[in-house]
Amino acid sequence: MVEAPRARVQLPLSLSADEPFLGHKACAGCGGSLAVRLALKVLGERTFVVLPAGCMSAVGFLYPQLAFGCNAIISTFAGTASMMSGIAAAARALKLRDYHVVGFAGDGGTADIGLQALSGAIDRHENFIYICYDNEAYMNTGVQKSGLTPFGARTTTSPAGKNAMGSRGRKKDLFEIVAAHGIDYAATATVAHAHDYIRKVDKARTTVGTSFLHVLAPCPTGWGIDSDRTLEVARGAVDCGLWIQAEYEGGHYHINKSPRRFKPVADHLAAQKRFAHLGKAEIAAIEKERDGRWKRLQRLVGGG
Amino acid sequence: MGRMSADGAVSHARPLFMSGNEAVAWGARLARPQVIAAYPITPQTVVIERLSEWVAEGLLDSEFLHVESEHSALSACMGASALGARSFTATSSQGLLYMAECLHYASGGRFPIVMMNANRALALPWNIYGDQQDSLAVLSSGWIQIYIEDAQEALDMSIQAFAIAEHAEVLTPVMLNLDGFVLTHTYEPVEVPGQEDVDVFLPSFRTPSKMDLEAPTNMGFTAGPAHYTEFKVQQHRAMLRASQVAAQVDEAFGQRFGRCYGGGVVPYRCGDADLVLVTLGSVAGLVRGVVDDLRAGGVAAGMLKLRFLRPFPEREIVQALSGARAVGVLEKDVSFGNAGAVFSDVASTLASTTIRPALLNFVAGLGGRDISRDDVERMFDELRAACVQAPGERVRFVNVQESRDG
Amino acid sequence: MSKPFVRPFVRPPSPDAYPVGPCFTAGHLVETNAAWRSERPVFTLARCTGCLRCMLACPDGAVLRSKAAVEVDYDFCKGCGICARECVAKAIQMTSEGSEETEESKDGSNVR
Repeated sequence: MVEAPRARVQLPLSLSADEPFLGHKACAGCGGSLAVRLALKVLGERTFVVLPAGCMSAVGFLYPQLAFGCNAIISTFAGTASMMSGIAAAARALKLRDYHVVGFAGDGGTADIGLQALSGAIDRHENFIYICYDNEAYMNTGVQKSGLTPFGARTTTSPAGKNAMGSRGRKKDLFEIVAAHGIDYAATATVAHAHDYIRKVDKARTTVGTSFLHVLAPCPTGWGIDSDRTLEVARGAVDCGLWIQAEYEGGHYHINKSPRRFKPVADHLAAQKRFAHLGKAEIAAIEKERDGRWKRLQRLVGGG
Repeated sequence: MGRMSADGAVSHARPLFMSGNEAVAWGARLARPQVIAAYPITPQTVVIERLSEWVAEGLLDSEFLHVESEHSALSACMGASALGARSFTATSSQGLLYMAECLHYASGGRFPIVMMNANRALALPWNIYGDQQDSLAVLSSGWIQIYIEDAQEALDMSIQAFAIAEHAEVLTPVMLNLDGFVLTHTYEPVEVPGQEDVDVFLPSFRTPSKMDLEAPTNMGFTAGPAHYTEFKVQQHRAMLRASQVAAQVDEAFGQRFGRCYGGGVVPYRCGDADLVLVTLGSVAGLVRGVVDDLRAGGVAAGMLKLRFLRPFPEREIVQALSGARAVGVLEKDVSFGNAGAVFSDVASTLASTTIRPALLNFVAGLGGRDISRDDVERMFDELRAACVQAPGERVRFVNVQESRDG
Repeated sequence: MSKPFVRPFVRPPSPDAYPVGPCFTAGHLVETNAAWRSERPVFTLARCTGCLRCMLACPDGAVLRSKAAVEVDYDFCKGCGICARECVAKAIQMTSEGSEETEESKDGSNVR
């Protein structure tokens, strides 16, 4: 965008009735598709959408079934942010007005293979919105471990067995990585907290500069939950403190909601088959890591 | 010194002394790319440096992106092209291979990007000097590939390349190859056309195949087994059409600027030649001189310079070699375990005809090793010997350090 | 409105008739997703409070605002059940696909 449009608060009744993302072949109950759907209703039809190889592109672009009613293009897996940069540059060169450039990439496409391009784009202060829908594994290719797969999760490349109990790694802190670039605006959200997510997409919409949203988007197929539990499990992640809703703006961190007491992590994990193998020791480790993450973010909030 | 046009751009009445890289930068500047993606690699760096200087001085109105890798460079160019903007980038060897998936993406995506490639040896071992392994390793990537002989051609083809790429019947990206250091860093006098004239020759890029706020499209989509083949056949046919388009563009360029280059191949004294050396790039200058010397000594020698490797100028090659008794292909690459890529293409083309010269492959100049006049004369000696006796090894590495006994 | 819609599609007769790009009309659909369902949501609008939580929750854009509050586009509903799970007013029930129930209007009569 050349001029920052006047910010408007999005309520369900004023949310666009348009459905620019329809007819896709995502699994029933797919969190990722809800992340894309809600964001596009906020951004409107004058939007250029970029998606890399991943669930959303795979389900939305199988010729002749093309599920994006607005301009949309698939990028290479590593190239979401770089293709977006080229689009943003061309839009400036062509003196286009009143448009948005948005990218939707998964956790693998963002924090692993796409990190180089994302870093460069933030460094160049590109005028666009990058939304990472995080289903915590390479779901499109069959649930393999990614850099954002949480500790202990069973995936097809980090199965639970005698030698190891699921993923040994911890989730890369993508929000902090992005904020450390000094990005104009970054936020975390979930597909279950729709008003909060919509508000943040709207804030990104009106930010002149680079915006990044990290959205928790549960995957029934990969997480081992029923297709109707997607939003319930996303709420569970927030309620037990495993997912922190926060923003980074103008160089300052801000936590949106700090629960006085967390709901038990064990209950949240027990609801997902991908954690079924975990014992008390692993759950304790997860709680400890959660507490450490909260402390670190609270220090950043205090220090910012 | 120069004639100032209405927009302040100077057309130089006298040639400017510049390197091959600078000539490419000039040609790209005159073509008015709207987006330039830049990532440095030896020996291409001067191209992007010059362009950045002109952008900084307000002499070139381009969006200049400092990208974080070559993969991102081509990715960004594709994004720009997807909006219908003209885009340019440059690379070499390791960078070209790093963006390898993007090469196919760009050609399959029918993005008419122009990219200069400074031909350089591929690691390992590391070697920054010129050979042609890099571009010849990606001949199948769907890019039009042109091989430049001198700095004037570098400038002129940088302009022609956009006209070819963006033609509605083509819509295929173009790779301009210059021999690393030998051509990129050698200085020659180059005539620089005026901006006004170039603007008339090369108008703005217009295409219906793009994302458009008024007429939204979905691009870069998936096509399953039921449809993918048709997209690929379409792509192949567009590449074949580029031959005729390139000839038309060259003729039009010649009419406006007084210089043209002759299309897919340039035969030199091939008409009645017994022995023909096929080659590409800057070494053609050396070979031409040897051909003249041999002719003066009564040997019916000739050279066939290949300018376009893709689309492969089949017909022109067959025509030029139809009378030859022995044909050698001199190139700076090898497909390990077989032969040089150009040799394979030339040989397979002749195999589909009744023309049966003796065929030899001369692999030379790897990693920047100099090719001498003596080397080239020896090649013609071997071609002459091959007329008399069936050649043993068809693939010959030139000027290799080897023990003579055992 | 940039909502994708189903339209007739004829396979291009030759490679040169295929879209160049690939680049094609945005939102071009050739089929619906109705066949995916084994269950479908049935709305009892008399209980609906108009909170629109179901509309915000549907991953497929199949629950839409309407004059009556909400309606379901059964062409694109996959029967995931999220809307029924999320409805605080218990106005949505998942029933087996193939049952006769569709939607009830607020006054209790059947409205498709």
